[in-house]
Amino acid sequence: MAELPLARLQEILGPRDLLSQPADCVAYSNDATWHAHRPDAIALPRDAGQIESLVRLANQHKFPITPRGAGTGLSGGCVPIHGGLVVSTARLQRIIDVDRRDLIAVVEPGVVTANLQAKVAAEGLMYPPDPSSKNVSTLGGNIAENAGGPRGFKYGVTRDYVLGLEVVLPDGARLNTGGRTVKNVTGYDLTRLLVGSEGTLGIITSATLRLVPQPETQMTLLATFDQLEAAGDAVGRIVAAGIVPATIELMDRLTLEVVEQFLKAGWPKTEAALLIEVDGYDEAVRRQQKQVADLCHAAGARTVELAADLDAAAKLWQGRRSVNPALTRLGPVKVGEDVVVPPSRVTDFIRRFQYLRGKFNLPMVTFGHAGDGNLHPNVVMDPRDQAQVQEVNEWLAEVARLALDLGGSLSGEHGIGLLKAPFLEWEVGAVGLRVMRSIKAALDPAGIMNPGKMRLDPEVLV
Amino acid sequence: MSWEQDEALRCVKCGFCLQACPTYQEWGIETHSPRGRLSVMRSLMAGELTPQEAMPAIDHCLGCRACEPACPSGIEYGRVLEGARHQLVQAGAETGPRLPRLAVSMGLRHLLPHPARLRALASGLRLLRRTGLVRSFKRLLPAHMERVLTALPEPPERGERERWLTSAGGRRLPTGEVVFPAIGTSRYRVAFLTGCVMDALFWAVNRSTVTVLQRIGCDVVVPAASCCGALHAHAGQMEQAAALARENLRALAAAEAYVGTVDAIVTNSGGCGAHMVGYSHLLGSEAEPFVKRVMDLSQWVDKVGLGEAVFTPLLLRVTYQESCHLANGQKVRKEPRRLLAAIPGVHLIEMAEAGTCCGSAGIYNLTHPEMAGQLLSRKVGHITGTMAEVVVTANPGCHLQLLTGLQDAPNQVQVMHLAEVLAKSLAPGR
Repeated sequence: MAELPLARLQEILGPRDLLSQPADCVAYSNDATWHAHRPDAIALPRDAGQIESLVRLANQHKFPITPRGAGTGLSGGCVPIHGGLVVSTARLQRIIDVDRRDLIAVVEPGVVTANLQAKVAAEGLMYPPDPSSKNVSTLGGNIAENAGGPRGFKYGVTRDYVLGLEVVLPDGARLNTGGRTVKNVTGYDLTRLLVGSEGTLGIITSATLRLVPQPETQMTLLATFDQLEAAGDAVGRIVAAGIVPATIELMDRLTLEVVEQFLKAGWPKTEAALLIEVDGYDEAVRRQQKQVADLCHAAGARTVELAADLDAAAKLWQGRRSVNPALTRLGPVKVGEDVVVPPSRVTDFIRRFQYLRGKFNLPMVTFGHAGDGNLHPNVVMDPRDQAQVQEVNEWLAEVARLALDLGGSLSGEHGIGLLKAPFLEWEVGAVGLRVMRSIKAALDPAGIMNPGKMRLDPEVLV
Repeated sequence: MSWEQDEALRCVKCGFCLQACPTYQEWGIETHSPRGRLSVMRSLMAGELTPQEAMPAIDHCLGCRACEPACPSGIEYGRVLEGARHQLVQAGAETGPRLPRLAVSMGLRHLLPHPARLRALASGLRLLRRTGLVRSFKRLLPAHMERVLTALPEPPERGERERWLTSAGGRRLPTGEVVFPAIGTSRYRVAFLTGCVMDALFWAVNRSTVTVLQRIGCDVVVPAASCCGALHAHAGQMEQAAALARENLRALAAAEAYVGTVDAIVTNSGGCGAHMVGYSHLLGSEAEPFVKRVMDLSQWVDKVGLGEAVFTPLLLRVTYQESCHLANGQKVRKEPRRLLAAIPGVHLIEMAEAGTCCGSAGIYNLTHPEMAGQLLSRKVGHITGTMAEVVVTANPGCHLQLLTGLQDAPNQVQVMHLAEVLAKSLAPGR
């Protein structure tokens, strides 16, 4: 790919919004995986017009563009592996509109998800998708990766809440998709195509999001189990009983240990724990909470405790959200998987995963959204040890294979990016890959928009 | 470099630190965030960036360590930063205009470790103010320096230190230590380190500290030490820092040879205390007995109680500005607030972002006026928002920075060190 026309970029952005020093390039070279590559420069545009100009310039001069939100992605999506220009949404942070009557919010891509949630909560509304990174990650990034989160079990994922988008396409044209209504069938569903397209089909400049009324109340329980399989069994029973808690989160023994090391808040020492939240009207919540507790006991729970108040519940959630980062207390680098299996197969997955513990030498944990079958097995390794890196790559393939064997999928919510690109064809098949590549080629003929991701470029080997 | 490299590698880039970081909150640029700086430091240590290339990112860090409590991986960012700055110093990597750099370097080496020179400088500054020469200097000094100079408190009059020492029952020993007796029953024996900047610029705070310690029943010995070396370590001058650390250990040992073992080593400066609890990193396990006993004044008073003294009423609306290093380094947050709340008549109002850096950050406010100024404006807004009459501090850098910022504030807000508030209220029981 070509050299960046720095002078032209300066004209578009002004001196403060273009970074190109070596230290800047290093800082913007990675996401939350261990993949990294320096860009040639970083743009921090302030509006969609500047973004259009940048993309047109990229087409003219044939340099790659990599969009970037908060850089907390877990699949390599914003790593600029071909260099070029990183386009950061950090300066596009406005919440443009919150409409109580139409139950929508219109936002710029750089808005931090938790900030939107706080703003709409003040109006008695809720934006449900809650990836664990929500205090840092941005809506643009969430949309590009179709982020999930614990509330996915009851409320669905980001895709279910995007009503419309404004995007700058890879050829520089501005596209508006969808609208302000939940129901909308007019031509191809371009909104759905773009959600989860991982920055390969354009840069989101505005999003219209669906909101729901804030539930009246919620209750949070922590159930502990002597065996991981028993926790899986409890999940199955809850789902089979027709109860839909807002979240059912699983944490295994090692996960609980590292969280306790970080927070020192009295997290239990046990083989497995389920963090379950029910929400809704007060009477319904009390009834559901009792049912859930009974079902956990029936599955063999050792203890079932209710969080005493909102503060206590918040502390439990803080622990759950800190799992990912706290894992490096076990070893320098953590590598996470994001597989999803049908809920009825969660226990099977756990059993086979236990077998992997015996096969590989590295510390491994599993935790995640047991309710919808989306688990995050993680290993910890030292990337300076080549033997460990080799083991980890084998482990990744095994886990991927395991999920597919059980009728599941490679990625519940983190995306394909770089990390799972080698396995994409296993799941979507040759025809699926061909269709995806044709769409990419049609929308990005110059191949400048986040190239090298999702196995969309035949010539790139990851 | 190996420990720092291993530690920096543990960063999972979760970004939890970004919201805690003042420079990231102001600029929104990854390079000036803890996560970005760790990336840069990893590259520096791996030889992927030259010291000169890494310098701008590492240079703009306040060193406030607010990222540390936010980090779920528990990365000791402050130590990694010092290691990286050491590497930059050794490589001679330079930043910014030459004259200020030279001034800082000379100050660290020739001024801070020498109390007499510091006091002379402080007196000189007073002379400048009284004779109005500060205004003439305005042309020579950058604007922000002039504001700082105007904000400086009055140093003690000639002979005032000695007069107070005598009136407090103090004795100066031939070897240089000073001892003060407890008032009433003697319950404990403590060493009190008077520091360099605090002693030269805020002697009244040291005076209040001794008064508080005496009144709660402590015999006090002030070892013949000077600078703890915090500013040197923060600047990456590790050899100088280690030498000063050894000097402090030696001075304490000499003091204890005279008065006996002390129960605590009390400091009233968050920056110093936080650095001293890390002395083992510089000197190894020989520093353990020292490190174990280092306590901030608020920690000590909170722990041992008032003894025979009582708090008399003080009608004051106050707000508390955390010292970043006291909070993030020594993990002392509750004790100052508990003490303030215990004084009858004192109404403590929490300000927004009480734990966010005011921009002083050692001498950062002198070397990085733009960022320091932005943080200071924000801080002054929060302080005046509380409608407090007094903002209470726990560190001389913060104290000076707040004095500078509040000079032009619409309502009169006084700046007092916690020791001064305590001294004002504490009275002997009998």
